[in-house]
Amino acid sequence: MRRTLGPLPFLLALVVYLVASNARLRENPLDKLLPSPVRMAAAARSLAFEPDRRSGSRLLWLDTGASLERLGIGMSCAALAGLLLGLNLGLFPGLSALLQPFVTAVSIIPPLAVLPILFIVFGVDELSKVVLIFVGTFPVITREIMLAARNIPREQIVKALTLGATQLEVVYRIVLPQLLPRLLETVRLTLGSAWLFLIASEAIAAENGLGYRIFLMRRYLAMDVILPYALWITVLGFAFDLALKYFIAWRYPWYGVEEE
Amino acid sequence: MTEPSANAAADPAGKLLFLEDVYKSYGPKIVLDDIDLSVRAGEFCGLVGPSGCGKSTLLRLLLGAERADAGRILLDGAPLGAPDPQRGIVFQKYSLFPHLSILDNVLLGPRLSSNFGQWRRQRASFMDEAASLLKTMRLESDGDKYPHQLSGGMQQRVAIAQALIMHPKILLMDEPFGALDPSVREDLQVHLLQIWEERRMTVFFVTHDIHEALFLSTRVLVLSQYYRDGRTLPPDCHGSKVVGDYQIKKDAASTDLKRTAEFADLAQTIRREGFEPTVLQNINEFNLKHPDSWRSLNPEEAAGS
Repeated sequence: MRRTLGPLPFLLALVVYLVASNARLRENPLDKLLPSPVRMAAAARSLAFEPDRRSGSRLLWLDTGASLERLGIGMSCAALAGLLLGLNLGLFPGLSALLQPFVTAVSIIPPLAVLPILFIVFGVDELSKVVLIFVGTFPVITREIMLAARNIPREQIVKALTLGATQLEVVYRIVLPQLLPRLLETVRLTLGSAWLFLIASEAIAAENGLGYRIFLMRRYLAMDVILPYALWITVLGFAFDLALKYFIAWRYPWYGVEEE
Repeated sequence: MTEPSANAAADPAGKLLFLEDVYKSYGPKIVLDDIDLSVRAGEFCGLVGPSGCGKSTLLRLLLGAERADAGRILLDGAPLGAPDPQRGIVFQKYSLFPHLSILDNVLLGPRLSSNFGQWRRQRASFMDEAASLLKTMRLESDGDKYPHQLSGGMQQRVAIAQALIMHPKILLMDEPFGALDPSVREDLQVHLLQIWEERRMTVFFVTHDIHEALFLSTRVLVLSQYYRDGRTLPPDCHGSKVVGDYQIKKDAASTDLKRTAEFADLAQTIRREGFEPTVLQNINEFNLKHPDSWRSLNPEEAAGS
């Protein structure tokens, strides 16, 4: 019973849209604001399957590929750097005394506020977009990993030493493996803001990408493209979220289970 | 040190564990106040004391997780350093690694302490030993599970197996059964005794439960801050000392033992000596009759009061 409740708001939104779109289209069949599903499907189909007249490529896939590449590189770098820095901050109190205030301060800077600086420093090409995603997500990941590393009971480390572990083995056999699911979890949670940074930077300066296309189409009021794109981004975001969630549950069955 | 004991117990030779003039304080608070102790190999040594007496501190010193402020601690004649495989440890919690299966938890020691080549050559024998330990611990069908899937009692069994596979010179246990239900607890006590009777490993077992210590141990040490000595310190400002040291006769590892009158009397005595804040024994009246018991007092302490 409860499970059938979830889809209801979706249905409701759909119905509201259809009614509104229908009403407007009856008044003006050329209305662009609330296109009919048929028009959206046609636009989406042509973007996905027909080569663009100017560039000769299929725009939806071109944009998706470009965006995902930026997102992937930015998030991977942020995850790797966040893991390494967070691990060291968590394990070495001296280092964290030195760097933690700085990392906290950096994490408070609204990344979009420094976007112009990134454009100036790194140019308007790929690098500045990747760096924006990095800057926006890296402090959060670092912080989460640091806290997770600190939460590993001291007993575990002493125990590992009595089992013959070296300092290095404690780090990469005991601490690191326990941080990996937390890292993926944090990546999962920061993906939302990563999308935001991606689309914002693409909107301002790009030659392709999902955000670029949406903002380009805005000039032509092409809601029949914008809406499917927005829906597509939502689907992608949802899919990544779900994939990460199931991957974590499958790969790290012990993660997130309370002791006793 | 000024009262060199003629006692053979004061000689580190032939002792597995030997502590002399060990002090430990945290800031202004003295916790361990001139601890002298020697323990023979094969002994099951229980350490009891009221809360806050520093029994876990003493254990951490033996473990090497903390350093004594003064004095020396010898294991097999050699001074102790940071934690290493000579000493096994079972904590009350967090002894297991949540990201490893039960079997991998038990195998972790051999894996960490052997290099790649050794591990490959001896893998089969390590696996056999892990399997037989799991069998001893009645966990043979749980090897593939993760720690969170086991009950608290089972987790502690795994922790014991994990420590035993390293064949430590001494097995340190810090209130290992403290978080368990009474029935599970008794079950594990009997089980631990059976294992001890088979292997005769040296155990140093810290607990606040006098009955548990009496039931398990061949020797019970009482650590307490409630005593008087010749120093002019206020009584609550000195650290803990070993105020009682008993040899326990053991006939059978049966819980019936717990119900004998002798057992109850001894428990009563220990409670009075060590656990009653109002009963302050004079330092010269401590019951230290165990053959391995010894101490060196400085003249001030020895003056009594």
